[in-house]
Amino acid sequence: MNTQIEAPPETAVLQLPPETVKLTVQNLDFYYGSKQALFDVTVSFAEKAVTALIGPSGCGKSTLLRVLNRMYSLYPGQKAAGQVLLDGEDVLSSRVDVATLRARVGMVFQKPTPFPMSIYENVAYGVRLYERLSRADMDARVEDSLRRAALWEEVKDKLKESGLSLSGGQQQRLCVARGIAVRPEVLLLDEPASALDPISTAKLEETIAELKRDYTIVIVTHNMGQAARLSDHTGFMYLGKLVEFGETEQVFTNPVTARCRDYITGRFG
Amino acid sequence: MSTTATPRLSRRLAQGAFLVFCWVATVVALVALAAILWSLLSQGLSGFIDPDSGGLDLDLFTKSTPAPGSEGGLLNAILGSLMMCAVAMVGAVVIGFLAGTWLSEYARDSLYGKVIRFLNDVLLSAPSILVGLFIYEILVFPFKGFSGLAGAAALGLIAAPVITRTTEDVLRLQPKALREASVALGAPVWRTIFAVIWKSARAGMLTGALLAFARISGETAPLLFTALNNQFLSLDLTKPTANLPVVIFNFALSAYDDWRRLAWAGALLIAATVLSVTVIARILAREKTRS
Repeated sequence: MNTQIEAPPETAVLQLPPETVKLTVQNLDFYYGSKQALFDVTVSFAEKAVTALIGPSGCGKSTLLRVLNRMYSLYPGQKAAGQVLLDGEDVLSSRVDVATLRARVGMVFQKPTPFPMSIYENVAYGVRLYERLSRADMDARVEDSLRRAALWEEVKDKLKESGLSLSGGQQQRLCVARGIAVRPEVLLLDEPASALDPISTAKLEETIAELKRDYTIVIVTHNMGQAARLSDHTGFMYLGKLVEFGETEQVFTNPVTARCRDYITGRFG
Repeated sequence: MSTTATPRLSRRLAQGAFLVFCWVATVVALVALAAILWSLLSQGLSGFIDPDSGGLDLDLFTKSTPAPGSEGGLLNAILGSLMMCAVAMVGAVVIGFLAGTWLSEYARDSLYGKVIRFLNDVLLSAPSILVGLFIYEILVFPFKGFSGLAGAAALGLIAAPVITRTTEDVLRLQPKALREASVALGAPVWRTIFAVIWKSARAGMLTGALLAFARISGETAPLLFTALNNQFLSLDLTKPTANLPVVIFNFALSAYDDWRRLAWAGALLIAATVLSVTVIARILAREKTRS
């Protein structure tokens, strides 16, 4: 009699229906100099949805994010091989203009990084790079962006003050406002709440939930609760590989791979 | 071993001796500084006082350098110095800001960058008299004449490496995250540098420029072979131009009391200028760290 139970798979990556996909990563390898940080990553990000990337520190989540807008290309020695398709166009191709790409794929960083200028100018800075707006249109754009980032009520009377005068949580929402003011199609968030207190975190999460209606969002987070609350899809990475990817509910309640199950139940990481 | 036990006597003696040594060294340095300032103030202030009325001697700022025994001031030297420093600073700031930016943002640790950085440091510590001779060879001798412009070129050549170095240092201190944040909005690198990095570093860059100005405002050697001097008030920088350091040099070594009086007054004027510029630079630097 054969009672052998089938071993759980090493990897389990859900294929999304192509018509829902905004951004696709195919067979991506990434190198910091001679050290390989990503191994054959293939994953899709659905349009107007939130995808969370989770995994222990150093597993390559942020690295993957930094490939999506080619942030890595600022640094000589960092190389990516494979394909990243934005609406079917390979953004890793040398023909793609990186500045334009980054205007389409915005990014918010771990630590708030307001520019040394007024709150208004912080938001208007990115817009001015690509659009010539009248004074009134720019005012409207700034207000709209600050409202979407749930910051307008707190700063509407002091738009001329320095962005550096805000609290950490406000600064981070200012960075979100700045990022969405340029009307990107994709928004990458690299642990956006890691430097924030719980109240600011809650506000930021509301903002992200709101933004999902218009943007494709990819968020790297160490906070499992945040990933579960916010995202539609979740990818679990480990040692530079994408181990499991699927519907958030499935990944959190019924992970298929042993590694992902161990991580989510807190056995490591 | 207990941490509360009294240290051994020998160790306490060594500690005490070292402390005394530091104190003595500090006092020696401060006494020398105080003595210089005192003689400068006591002698220099007399140059600011009108010997007849006892009030402020306005001649100092309204009349040019006199012949021995006649009345006069330092107007031509003050104006000449200001003009040459201004021209020198315009050139040095443009070169220094751009070269410092290139070293910090583009060259970084490439071999070419390292070589340029090293050469800049060599120029930074080159004796100023060599700079004067160099400008003499390329600007004074070929054009057959001393000129204020040659003086400005010499001063600028001294100021530029200072500004280059301070600009590079202060730009390197700007967080990487700030660069990435601007680039992530789709800004090209050059725009990021001008609109964000320079803005963030502006206090430090200005401080560097002010310190360079303080450095060149008292330089004498490079002007001896370039601007030379001029007895008369002249706004023409293509001609020999009067300047405070060379006037001080000439008058201080002269046999005439009124000339020596003017030399002291000029020395005090330069010292006061350098001091106030340095104080401004300090304040700017402090505001920078506060934000």
